[in-house]
Amino acid sequence: MLTAIDKVLLEKIADLHEIPQGAYNIRKDGQGISRNTTKNIDIITKQDKPGIDIIIKPGTKGESVHIPVILSKEGLTDVVYNTFEIGEGSDVLIVAGCGIHNAGSDDEQHDGIHEFYVRKGARMKYVEKHYGQGGGTGKNILNPKTIIEVEENGVAELEMIQIKGVDKTVRDTDVILHKNARLIVSERLHTYMVQNAESNINVKLMGEDSSAQVISRSVAQDDSKQVFHMNLLGYNKCAGHIQCDSIIMDNAKVSAIPEISAFHSDAQLVHEAAIGKIASDQLIKLMTLGLTEKEAENIILKGFLG
Amino acid sequence: MSLLKLNNVNVTINGNNEKIEILKNIDLTFEDNKIYVITGPNGGGKSTIAKSIMGIIPVSSGQIILDDIDITDKSITERAKLGIGYAFQTPARFKGLKASDMLNLAKGENNTDICQLFYDVGLCAQDYLDREIDATFSGGELKRIEIASILARNPKIALFDEPEAGIDLWSFQRLTETFEKMHQRYDTTIIIISHQERILRLADEVILVDDGTITEITSREKFLETISHIDSDCACRNECIKGGVINVDCDR
Repeated sequence: MLTAIDKVLLEKIADLHEIPQGAYNIRKDGQGISRNTTKNIDIITKQDKPGIDIIIKPGTKGESVHIPVILSKEGLTDVVYNTFEIGEGSDVLIVAGCGIHNAGSDDEQHDGIHEFYVRKGARMKYVEKHYGQGGGTGKNILNPKTIIEVEENGVAELEMIQIKGVDKTVRDTDVILHKNARLIVSERLHTYMVQNAESNINVKLMGEDSSAQVISRSVAQDDSKQVFHMNLLGYNKCAGHIQCDSIIMDNAKVSAIPEISAFHSDAQLVHEAAIGKIASDQLIKLMTLGLTEKEAENIILKGFLG
Repeated sequence: MSLLKLNNVNVTINGNNEKIEILKNIDLTFEDNKIYVITGPNGGGKSTIAKSIMGIIPVSSGQIILDDIDITDKSITERAKLGIGYAFQTPARFKGLKASDMLNLAKGENNTDICQLFYDVGLCAQDYLDREIDATFSGGELKRIEIASILARNPKIALFDEPEAGIDLWSFQRLTETFEKMHQRYDTTIIIISHQERILRLADEVILVDDGTITEITSREKFLETISHIDSDCACRNECIKGGVINVDCDR
């Protein structure tokens, strides 16, 4: 049964108002509570550890899988291993995400380990949203680990968003790209109060003509801290581009640590990183339209984190 | 009927060792339904006058009065709400803000058709509505969105800081038409900072600013006469490297 709080969490992390269409698996407080499979998408509970295998048949097109996780029990540490098999030539949307409601004084933690095999010519869009609420003194902790292997001509598009209310997060993303495989990552991170966020993205461009584009945008407010460590490794004729943009405010601290390594003379790798406060010409422009400074700031931040 | 007055306005900034006077004893009156063009050499204080009207640069002394309200100490936001609009010479770029977002913010409660605004500045609405105003915008595109943001607001006082800078020839024609249309349709007081003869031709009054003071306020006819006089009686002619031959454009 979904409570009112569960429904709010589901809406925040998966844009779901009711039980989703298509395949889904909803996990609440460490247990699967609801599941649906389709002709092309199977979901099987792992026998050796907590978690599920999601198997998408080759050639499946235009279907989606929702696998939200919600936590509303304080003091719970939930560890889950999910494996995704994205069959050859398929084209699917996977919506994951974790919502925590913590009204208590003990920490709540979810460590999700997601492994993806994007087979030849398959295309996967993966959307992951993280959200916390509750107002208790216990911390909301989320540590996602995402491992992706993209085979020949495959495409993986990741949207990783931390909306609000996550006190501590360490995000690890490791990707291996084979021949002509493509990776597009768009990361959005917002921290405030004393929140702490660390994002590590490692991309190995193994195959010829593989390409990776990583765009990370973040806003750090109050006394929060963010560390970005992004690494592109080119082992073949490949192209990679990292763009890391942060808006820093108040007493926040942001580190962007760039690393690009080439092991092939035809590897083209670019890293751009910028940290700065909101540009004053942006604020002034919006104020000349009649917005207050605070309103202008909100519009700029909202747009930036889009 | 709106009236904007600058009474004995001074702007002084702190330099390395001394105070630098940017504007000295500026007295100006702007009436509605008129076009004013402020011109003069670079660094003379033209933009500072416009920015002090918008509240972007605070005045050191003097008063700015809009419709009998002393706005000298009012914030940018308050002045905007009272009906002052400002098109920047170099508009800001925004990551994540779409052109349509900007125009929606600008129009506020006004019942303005956003698509029409794009067409008014010579841009195809379909192409531009969802485009982010980021580094992918050319200088010219950025200027056109900036001008559209002023049209969207339909302010009482519209300030344009070198609107022609960065705009190509085709849209230059559209730009002057835009000012003419605004002038015909509304009672807006239009204040344009410009060096362009074609924009000067729109002026009811030409205000010459040099070295932080107003050196002359004149009519467009008189000003254009002076320019043609300078052209025909070019002071550089005797030392001209081209020998002062006919058909040489001299911009000095």
